Amino acid sequence: MTPMKSISPVLKKYTPPALAIALFLMAWSFGAKQIETSLGQVPGPAMVLDQARILWQEHVAERQKAREFYERQKDRRAAMLEVNPSATVAAVSYTGKPTYVDQILTSLKTVFMGFVIASLVALPIGIICGLSKTVMRALNPLIQVFKPVSPLAWLPIVTMVVSAVYVTNSAWLPKSFLISAITVSLCSLWATLINTAMGVASVNPDYINVARVLQLSPLKKTFKVLLPATLPLIFTGLRISLGVGWMVLIASEMLAQNPGLGKFIWDEFQNGSSQSLAKIMVAVFTIGLIGFVLDRIMVELQKRVSFERVHA
Amino acid sequence: MIIEKPIVSEIPGTAKTEQRAMALDVRKLTKIYPTPNGEYVVLRDLDLQVWKEEFVSIIGHSGCGKSTLLMMIAGLTSISGGEILLEDRRIEEPGPDRGIVFQSPSLFPWMTALENVMLGVNQVFPHATKAQRFEIAAYYLDKVGLGDALDRKASALSQGMQQRVGIARAFALKPKVLLLDEPFGMLDSLTRTELQDVLLEVWSKEKTTAIMITHDVDESIFLSDRVIMMTSGPAAIIGDELDIRIERPRLRKDVLERSSYYEYRRHLINFLEH
Ligand SMILES: Nc1ncnc2c1ncn2[C@@H]1O[C@H](COP(=O)(O)OP(=O)(O)O)[C@@H](O)[C@H]1O
Ligand SMILES: [Mg+2]
Repeated sequence: MTPMKSISPVLKKYTPPALAIALFLMAWSFGAKQIETSLGQVPGPAMVLDQARILWQEHVAERQKAREFYERQKDRRAAMLEVNPSATVAAVSYTGKPTYVDQILTSLKTVFMGFVIASLVALPIGIICGLSKTVMRALNPLIQVFKPVSPLAWLPIVTMVVSAVYVTNSAWLPKSFLISAITVSLCSLWATLINTAMGVASVNPDYINVARVLQLSPLKKTFKVLLPATLPLIFTGLRISLGVGWMVLIASEMLAQNPGLGKFIWDEFQNGSSQSLAKIMVAVFTIGLIGFVLDRIMVELQKRVSFERVHA
Repeated sequence: MIIEKPIVSEIPGTAKTEQRAMALDVRKLTKIYPTPNGEYVVLRDLDLQVWKEEFVSIIGHSGCGKSTLLMMIAGLTSISGGEILLEDRRIEEPGPDRGIVFQSPSLFPWMTALENVMLGVNQVFPHATKAQRFEIAAYYLDKVGLGDALDRKASALSQGMQQRVGIARAFALKPKVLLLDEPFGMLDSLTRTELQDVLLEVWSKEKTTAIMITHDVDESIFLSDRVIMMTSGPAAIIGDELDIRIERPRLRKDVLERSSYYEYRRHLINFLEH
């Protein structure tokens, strides 16, 4: 085989997307120059890349400042204790403004929390729906009606309810975080619920028959037969749920003022400096990339649990 | 219940009587399915007796109700009329005293061959030690020729190997009766022949009462002591039966050399064609 021949499939695979991306960047930088907004010219790729670098540098600088703050505090404390060994020195934590990386982490934490809540609610209900046609028929209208509701509609309700119920606003679990997470779960739980119910209801009847012949207890039947048989479909549901959750997270963070990417975009939009649009575009790409990575993770997990491989 | 049944030996002049215990007694069994255009009677007043340690095959046209009969014996399908006694006890629900081999292997693909068999063994022998239970499962897997595939995932096994596990799983329950619903129907003819030999070998050791549905006339003769012929539905019953007097152990090539084999064959095909 000549080297040319072995390279050509690789070229074939990567050339079209590379071309498409190049074309997109060109169209973007050309189109951006044509539009003038109240915040200045629409930023092109170069400006966005520049802002990404600045945001990263700000993050590094902020971390450096925090480290120095704690260093100083330690020194001061040591000095005070030297003068008066019985002095009590209160530790002060650094209160710098959250950096872009902090905001990404907050968003990830929020979507993860929402995803966990959604799964904890959707999985048991889905299993019960799958097991009982009656329960399924009973819940179906509610599921169908609530499923398409936008996070923007849920948010005011969630905000009011959480504010009424959750009065101790601790630093560990801020109210805005909880509101965003619950809103995310309200929008994302449906995919998992429906997939789980469908999966359990459509388990190969032979499997159920084997379980009946072996007289497995309901618990054993659920964990040894139903769930493993349904796992591939459950994971399809979880994957959709996580995707939906990540998508609605930005909107709910904007409104709930949860310090994540959504709030970052909102603040930039409100503050309206000449770099705002470029920063928002950095956020757009960040959201897209993280969504993509989350999806890939779910696909990998799904592959692990799927047993319907081709026969050897 | 002990019933005297005269047995005619294959060798003329040596007729003898043997005491045989009844394993399964199907009495006036009726199955009716409600359908949009009224009731559909699959079986009506079907009677069938199976002796202990007997291997019985059931043949009949597609859709006549063979699976329905077997599933009712298994307790997996409800009975519309009549009753089924297994060793004098009425069958009410499914249980591991009736091991089933389905047409599709129906193994749990996320488990290994061993785990599939162990699931049943654990249920039937809850008081045995873990080592003893492993021993039982491994023994039967070895008997079906999978001694070195214990830890292979069921989904990674070929169709024929999966059905071997299915057979091991059913025998490992030490059931009172083994129910097989066209167990080799989905296999190619070479694999089918292999598995018939495997089944016959394990069965000869265990002597488990067995009822097998098949649409393969040769298979029914080679494996069974008796072939039951069901009439075509609706309201199917037992139309005819044929004792296969070929002594065991049976070797395929010996069986094929007998003239009686061809008489049995003609009898069965004649029934199916009318
Ligand atoms: N759940 C059901 N409802 C209505 N009719 C059924 C049902 N299951 C089976 N039947 C009918 O009962 C008859 C016997 O089916 P089956 O026992 O599977 O036949 P066989 O195994 O002999 O091919 C068929 O005509 C089939 O259409
Ligand atoms: Mg059938």
